[in-house]
Amino acid sequence: MSDEEIILSELSDDELVQQMHDDLYDGLKEEIEEGTNILLERGWTPYDVLTQALVEGMRIVGEDFRDGILFVPEVLMSANAMKAGMFILRPLLVETGAPKLGKMVIGTVKGDIHDIGKNLVGMMMEGAGFDVIDLGINNPVEKYIEAIEREQPDILGMSALLTTTMPYMKVVIDTMKEKGIRDDFIVLVGGAPLNEEFGKAVGADAYCRDAAVAVETAKELIKRRHNSRAEA
Amino acid sequence: MSVSNPLADLLAEKGVLLADGATGTNLFAMGLESGEAPELWLETAPEKITKLHQDFVDAGSDIILTNSFGGTRNRLKLHQADDRVFALNKKAAEIARAVADKAPRKVIVGGSVGPTGDLLVPLGAMTYEDAVASFVEQIEGLKAGGVDVAWIETMSARDEIRAAAEAAVRCGLPYVYTGSFDTAGKTMMGVHPRDIHSIASDIGDGPFAVGANCGVGASDILSSLLDMTAADPEAIVVVKGNCGIPEFKGAEIHYSGTPPLMADYARLAIDGGARIIGGCCGTSCNHLAAMREAVDNHIKAQRPTVETIVERIGPMRNTVATDSPAPTRERRGRRG
Repeated sequence: MSDEEIILSELSDDELVQQMHDDLYDGLKEEIEEGTNILLERGWTPYDVLTQALVEGMRIVGEDFRDGILFVPEVLMSANAMKAGMFILRPLLVETGAPKLGKMVIGTVKGDIHDIGKNLVGMMMEGAGFDVIDLGINNPVEKYIEAIEREQPDILGMSALLTTTMPYMKVVIDTMKEKGIRDDFIVLVGGAPLNEEFGKAVGADAYCRDAAVAVETAKELIKRRHNSRAEA
Repeated sequence: MSVSNPLADLLAEKGVLLADGATGTNLFAMGLESGEAPELWLETAPEKITKLHQDFVDAGSDIILTNSFGGTRNRLKLHQADDRVFALNKKAAEIARAVADKAPRKVIVGGSVGPTGDLLVPLGAMTYEDAVASFVEQIEGLKAGGVDVAWIETMSARDEIRAAAEAAVRCGLPYVYTGSFDTAGKTMMGVHPRDIHSIASDIGDGPFAVGANCGVGASDILSSLLDMTAADPEAIVVVKGNCGIPEFKGAEIHYSGTPPLMADYARLAIDGGARIIGGCCGTSCNHLAAMREAVDNHIKAQRPTVETIVERIGPMRNTVATDSPAPTRERRGRRG
């Protein structure tokens, strides 16, 4: 590893974007803020900064998380750095009307206080260009239903870390079925004790093993839904 | 040198001990609703908690764990019970103690201590001292109710294990801790099973035993066991694995492990060097009885390989924990 000091503003655009990928990987918040500002000053659109520097950087982080090279502490640091960049970009993205991939409502189920995985998914989805509405922890079915009716998201995400709380996902999905709105949304579930079969059994569209897989799955299912709607 | 404690005495006498089965999933079978706090049943349905402990003892458990997994203020807050931490934990210990003391043989009571659910600084807002204080409050209650040992379980973060261990020492109890290796063979915070031994060795007299619980399936936890016992063949190692994996049958959750499978899991655990063996999610009294029989009659055989484990117990859900590979990407100079 070299100790040489890197001056971000002296790098070419390409080098700077590469450096931002590394800095995201290393969870360096201030460097990401600086890099984001430099690219904007150089006339980049907020959307290009988001996709080429932040989203691409987080994609690399996500892959190494999926492959068991990075674990939650490192990914949280990366996600925090990404959030700092997003904080600068968000108002500009709204102003410029940049395209959105979709909208997600996400929350941890009733009885469960665990939000580490849920927060990671939220941040990675945001980093990938989704709007994320976070309902927090301990959500009864009423709260999920109220939120999806109000927000009309593309995706509902539910998280549980306990074997005693994960069956609650079925309560929520069954309620959506009773109301006849189940198929209006893509439902993704996740959490350490879950598995693919469990996801199917509760009636979710997919079980996502980690935040990186959640992003991949969300993109894929949204694309499929658009295609099937285009054909219809 | 370890502090002398009743758990140490019983282990010395018997060689291998059988712990208990699942608390949460068995309470479901007794009518606990998803999302309800198992700890609140200590007050509203203590007879059911007594029955669960009694069933475990009848099935042959040498160690029973209190119904206090979520007994820190951080978690009880969700159920507006964070002002009753001491009382609930004391009650949990008293209920288990009463069952153990009535048993015709020596039964050890472990005070279950689960994670707070909060992240420590710098990742989260909880300071190390706050974490210690939360655990002290819980463990004081458990001690007042008569537990023999603090049983710190399903942990994933090094610093949280240390905080709970320090709390046990401050309360004057010996401690055991186990991690949940559910992410690519490590804990979600990246702890490798072979590194479990040294986490708290400087706290008090160090742990009495370390190990793994919960995680994913029975095969995976046996693979973690091989890592743990290879790293320190002298350590007393615990495995409390899930009874296969959860499946929905109609509206109810079942676990895929059968009693014969869990018996074979117990035999492989002995062969792999475990000294304390139990079950986690999905492990019922029928499973435990089969495991008791296996522990009593099995003669320690050759140390298994991962291949043997997969052949006898089934495929692993995760990969075997690997060495932390350095990121393989071409990097510019690392900064910061």
